[in-house]
Amino acid sequence: MSTRSPAQRRYNKRVIGLSLAYAAALVGVSLVFRDSPPSGPIAWGLALLPALPLVGIFIAMGRYLVEEGDEYLRAVESRKALIATGFMLIVTTCWGFLQSFDQVPRVDFYWAAILWFGGLGLGGCANRFAK
Amino acid sequence: MKNRLKVLRAERDWSQGDLAERLEVSRQSVNAIETGRYDPSLPLAFRIAKLFELPVEAIFEAG
Repeated sequence: MSTRSPAQRRYNKRVIGLSLAYAAALVGVSLVFRDSPPSGPIAWGLALLPALPLVGIFIAMGRYLVEEGDEYLRAVESRKALIATGFMLIVTTCWGFLQSFDQVPRVDFYWAAILWFGGLGLGGCANRFAK
Repeated sequence: MKNRLKVLRAERDWSQGDLAERLEVSRQSVNAIETGRYDPSLPLAFRIAKLFELPVEAIFEAG
């Protein structure tokens, strides 16, 4: 018997689907920009394409927190998301000032999302060792 | 907050899964409440009290 709640199972399905869509969009768009770089609104649309599944993952996280009927699981996942958000804000704020004073190389903004996903891992560890 | 959930459950020979099913929560929730890692909301505390046919204060105490 699965130990996952129905809301967790729905969340996992959504995240797996969106992750596959992200991988496909990233590979596809990279190939297009490498072989015949578009311009104007088409370039904007294509460049945004890989971002959309990631936006979907953030929305899926929000939907999970709304749909989860088990208050303990909801509290645990909320804490994980808060830790991830705090971690991402701390790193990006510090990096931003270091970057402003030319102490570190410039990095793309999408690293904020990667940091947030890394922060979810940290949140999971914090939950494991909580109390 | 301390609680007598583990004792009350054992008296009825229920597993954590049995209690979770009766309360319609996850087994992780029961485990977290029993071990004091999580204090249940007031509605859940009342559901627990109703299930064991005891007043809330007979199950939970500040500490």
